[in-house]
Amino acid sequence: MSEQASSYFGPAKGNILERRPLVSNNRSMGWVTSHIAGMLESKTPVWWWVAVVLSAVVATLVPFELIYLVSTGVGIWGSNQPVSWAWDITNFVFWIGIGHAGTLISAILFLTRQKWRTSINRAAEAMTIFAVICAGIFPAFHVGRVWMAWYLAPIPNANAIWPNFKSPLLWDVFAVSTYFTVSLIFWYIGLVPDLATIRDRATGKFRKFVYGLFALGWRGANRQWRHYEKAYLILAGISTPLVLSVHSIVSFDFATSVIPGWHTTIFPPYFVAGAIFGGFAMVLTLMIPVRAIFGLHDMITRKHIDNMAKIIVLTGSIVGYAYLIELFIAWYSGNPNEWWAFLHNRVLPSAPYAWAYWMMMFCNVIAPQLFWFKWCRTNIIAVWIIVQFPNVGMWFERFVIICTSLHRDFLPSSWGMFVPSINDILLFVGTFGLFLFLFLLFLRFLPAITIFEVKAVLPEADPHYRDPHAEGAKH
Amino acid sequence: MKKIHGIGAEFQNAQSLYVAAKKLKASGFKRWDVFSPYPIHGMDEAMGLPNSKVSFFALCGGIVGAALAFFLIWYTGGVEYKMVVQGKPYFAFEPTFPVFFEITILLTAFAAVGSMFILNFLPRYYHPVFNWERFSKVTDDKFFAVIESSDPLFDEGKNKELLESLGGTHVTLIKE
Repeated sequence: MSEQASSYFGPAKGNILERRPLVSNNRSMGWVTSHIAGMLESKTPVWWWVAVVLSAVVATLVPFELIYLVSTGVGIWGSNQPVSWAWDITNFVFWIGIGHAGTLISAILFLTRQKWRTSINRAAEAMTIFAVICAGIFPAFHVGRVWMAWYLAPIPNANAIWPNFKSPLLWDVFAVSTYFTVSLIFWYIGLVPDLATIRDRATGKFRKFVYGLFALGWRGANRQWRHYEKAYLILAGISTPLVLSVHSIVSFDFATSVIPGWHTTIFPPYFVAGAIFGGFAMVLTLMIPVRAIFGLHDMITRKHIDNMAKIIVLTGSIVGYAYLIELFIAWYSGNPNEWWAFLHNRVLPSAPYAWAYWMMMFCNVIAPQLFWFKWCRTNIIAVWIIVQFPNVGMWFERFVIICTSLHRDFLPSSWGMFVPSINDILLFVGTFGLFLFLFLLFLRFLPAITIFEVKAVLPEADPHYRDPHAEGAKH
Repeated sequence: MKKIHGIGAEFQNAQSLYVAAKKLKASGFKRWDVFSPYPIHGMDEAMGLPNSKVSFFALCGGIVGAALAFFLIWYTGGVEYKMVVQGKPYFAFEPTFPVFFEITILLTAFAAVGSMFILNFLPRYYHPVFNWERFSKVTDDKFFAVIESSDPLFDEGKNKELLESLGGTHVTLIKE
């Protein structure tokens, strides 16, 4: 495999190492098109039906739980004084954080010219959108009287009162809705040329019409590409500060309050690093099985997985550093309330939530360190197992921040532990079903890899490329 | 007989299309275009196209968004219904910055995408080039150049010769 791939660049000169090709096995453009389009043109596989039905069944928990919640009240959740925010906000921050890896891959890696992003950005962006949908459910419904949610919008209401723009909760509304809208636009714009590919390959009339409708009549003219590329660049440019702002604003929900354990200036960068960390873990969790099932090994190479594992060890270490600095400052600040919240609520073995704190520490800081070893980054099964730790750990991080800070408030007589109700659990499980359900639909109906961008990173895509052996390409 | 939209030629790779585009530009054609499965790096220079105007419209969108956000926050909180919340001033930049920032981003995105569609005359479900059977390969692995009949230098015979001399195959008249 590697000999064939390296022949693209001729023999290695002296000690200079060759750059590994982004698409291995010397594949042609036609192969790229037919392989990716084949994922949605082939006969629907049995595993897909099984998976989609199972995830749909789990996803129905979401509407059932929400109907029960709205008709009965938020009392069906375990949230109660003193822990008035619990799994709802934990799940919200967890899901929105997962979305951030998609935007990082599509925007920040685009601006930094990391060409390996091309084979994973589509699926990661889809994951972003589905994760934000799951995230949005929780804050929308935790308000209790969800039919009053329109009060959050800046429209004149009967009392002539406007939203309070100084409130971090309103910042959240604007940040998350902007993030969702811009991510959706970004994703769709990226899809347009690929939908045209599916349209042009379609055999059935109905299929051609539907894909043609969404392809908007794209015809790949260079006079169109130049505007297209500029718009894409601008979207990448504005999505970068946007993604950093979204999780910073989510962290302001906590940081601008005066609760010990929340009132911390390190929160914005710490939340952003954690979001990217957790998001990449989810990208790998989804993409490794997809790669195996659809045989995408030539486009999502070991190099891609290796790169993502490196990002996980980097961001995991930033997160670990943030945990330690947070702890250090809690002591160094000399604020007895802050230090108590850390020492007696989280760190000491006697602390009621020590198990959650050390679970978080192990999953997010210790486990990803295995990725320093090349063996762990190149063994696909090992990678998949290791990334499950950040998936779990990042949920625990939000749980630790929210619950341990709230459960012992300023009045010891009102201290209490948080116990989730069955409805908390079922709704959270339901969002996983919804997420997988949407992702499976995406795999079946849309090209899961950006076809035109993968073609553009092939060596032959360069207008100045000279093929060393003209008949080399495999079909 | 149906009207002629233009004359098209197929190219096998980006390299020959790039060279052809340079020649067509040098020959002084005005209404022509090249088609490719992906954006070809350097093709804008080869065709002599100026920088895209999308960035200008995106900037306008951003400025409008910023002004709108400022007005919304300042007017509703500082003028229309003054209300003391947590003893903070009616209007100050610091606490309103996040919303201000998000609305600016949102309108920049709308302007970038909206202007891209308008400048590209999209969506447009029908276009004469789709009448050409071979053209469906443009989204796969083939490259095309089309000279439109409205070009002052349009001439069936001469253009056909030129396109073939540049390495174009399947030179075809495209009907309207």
